[in-house]
Amino acid sequence: MNAMTSPDLSQATPHPAPFLRVEDLRVKFVSRDATVRAVNGISFNLERGKVLCVIGESGSGKSVMMRSLLRLHPKKRTVIEGTMMVGEHDIGAVSDRAMTQLRGSLISMVFQEPMTALDPLYTVGDQIAETVRRHEGLSKEAAWARALELLELVRVPSPERRLKAYPHELSGGLRQRAVIAMALSCRPSLLLADEPTTALDASVQIQILVLLRKIQQEMGMSMIFVTHDLGVAAQIADQVAVMYAGRIIEYGNARDVLLNPQHPYTKAMLAATAKDQDRNLPLEAIAGNPPDLRALPDGCSFAPRCKYAGPDCIVTMPPPVTDIRGHMARCFKVEAADGPLAFDERVAEPA
Amino acid sequence: MWLYAGRRIVLTIPILLGVTIICFALVQIAPGDPIQNLLSPTATAQDAARLRAAYGLDQPLMVQYFIWLGKVCVGNLGMSISDNVPVAGEVLHAFVNTIVIALISVVLAFVVSMIFGVIAAYRTGSLADRLITAVAVFGISVPPFWLGVILVIFFAVDLSWLPATGMGASGSETFSYFRWADFKFAIMPIIALALPPLGIMTRTTRSSIAEILNQDFIQTLRAKGLSEAQVIVHAVVNIMPQAVAMLGLQLGYLIGGSVLVETVFTWPGTGYLLNKAVLTRDIPLLQGTILVLATAFVLINLVVDLAQSLIDPRLKRS
Repeated sequence: MNAMTSPDLSQATPHPAPFLRVEDLRVKFVSRDATVRAVNGISFNLERGKVLCVIGESGSGKSVMMRSLLRLHPKKRTVIEGTMMVGEHDIGAVSDRAMTQLRGSLISMVFQEPMTALDPLYTVGDQIAETVRRHEGLSKEAAWARALELLELVRVPSPERRLKAYPHELSGGLRQRAVIAMALSCRPSLLLADEPTTALDASVQIQILVLLRKIQQEMGMSMIFVTHDLGVAAQIADQVAVMYAGRIIEYGNARDVLLNPQHPYTKAMLAATAKDQDRNLPLEAIAGNPPDLRALPDGCSFAPRCKYAGPDCIVTMPPPVTDIRGHMARCFKVEAADGPLAFDERVAEPA
Repeated sequence: MWLYAGRRIVLTIPILLGVTIICFALVQIAPGDPIQNLLSPTATAQDAARLRAAYGLDQPLMVQYFIWLGKVCVGNLGMSISDNVPVAGEVLHAFVNTIVIALISVVLAFVVSMIFGVIAAYRTGSLADRLITAVAVFGISVPPFWLGVILVIFFAVDLSWLPATGMGASGSETFSYFRWADFKFAIMPIIALALPPLGIMTRTTRSSIAEILNQDFIQTLRAKGLSEAQVIVHAVVNIMPQAVAMLGLQLGYLIGGSVLVETVFTWPGTGYLLNKAVLTRDIPLLQGTILVLATAFVLINLVVDLAQSLIDPRLKRS
């Protein structure tokens, strides 16, 4: 088993220099009372034009990881360790000034709540034009013309009128389109989408999702898409990363992870979806609560809720196990003897 | 917008009527008889009745009110009993003196409190924050008349930099704020008036900015690459509706509540006039002054409401 264990994911990736490389990212929030370890050693790569879906429940560190890529956390209370390379830019090392120039142009972000993500006192056009002017130094007229094009790009009906509208005059779906237009305004190479469909109606969710996927492919952007909706992940992901307590516990191609889940947490999550379930039975739920990030256990963070957990799971953090296709799971009971990962609950944990 | 403004203006009419009723009633409720003050000690009851009739004080209250209201509408606030000059002219003159220093004080306080509040909110817990908070708490807690006296002792008596009281040699008729010889008389009253609103507005600015900086859209602004200065501009624009409301309220307080400061500096404004009217039981003067002050308060609120709806598009619809 040890022979197949590879802590460095980049070895499993065919291309030598991926567009986005995150290595052993750790994020801590320090306050007087406690230290919250929100992200505890994340590594992954993402190629140009690919979509990585990050799945996990609330508090698993998804959003914190995304905000770290833009360095949006308050400096004073946050400790970020590890490497984040976007293209040739080392996010951890660039100056604050350079960072503001990268935000919105190289990397931009779409947030979960379209209701509160826009400044209520500025028109939609102003807010989009502001971004364009900031990064590309266009005149006011040119920036507004670009804003109009962008609203057309995100399929906002009667865009001329919507440019002059204030956020409160638009529906949730239109606002999210405006937010997306703003994020796309300077043709970013990496789009971070933090649950962009969660706050929307189901019918609007699909529209936004299809739109994002289409634009992502047209523009050849890389995208990290955070969601806790597995159906959404299946729709748009090339790669899927499952996060739990600030770690990636399973990672791989979307097909591998969603059709052949290995980690007990991923399995349990997939079992808890409504699709193909017997209508008369209650949905399965994962027992217990997510761990307290202020006092993480030494061993596997999922062990207290895991029905397969043995005594060692609680003591030692399982190392990543990776197969030849790059499918990775962090579980003692997963093996990659020949070919794809396989879960075997009889496998004993190492002493 | 115009519809909203029109409705808002129409709505002030009943408020103004209410103001006149209260002004009128307050004086009726007040104890004491103004006629007694005018009579010589040897006057008879007949003399008193004659004088009472001359001022119309023998009529039923309703009649007195409507006669008074009719006169008020054409700008006749009656004759001052103690000085025997038209109240309207006297009040107007005093009001100009009051409103100008009140405006200067409140604008000064507003600008400084914006700067202080933003710094304090942006650097919460820092030395600057604590210093600013100390100044603000000082401003809120110090009685302005005491501050006035201290200012006089320090700048007028000890240092002789500024004149202690009054409006200077040129008098209030030809007073000009653009002439240093005149303006120096206004400096200490302005400081004494500006400090309390400065304290209050600094505190509110600090908390509103801190609240805005915690909102989601601030993160969007940072995420799209704005500099911190640009983010602060957004935050300041967002607290403007509240800030303007605060400004109007403070201006109202300064206009109505400057009695103590104006008395300390013998500044011939409405506060000074009010004090004089109360002490001499000069009812027409008192009524006229209160009416002008209350009307000013109502109009300031109207302007504030209109300004708020101009800044915040969400208010237009309601």
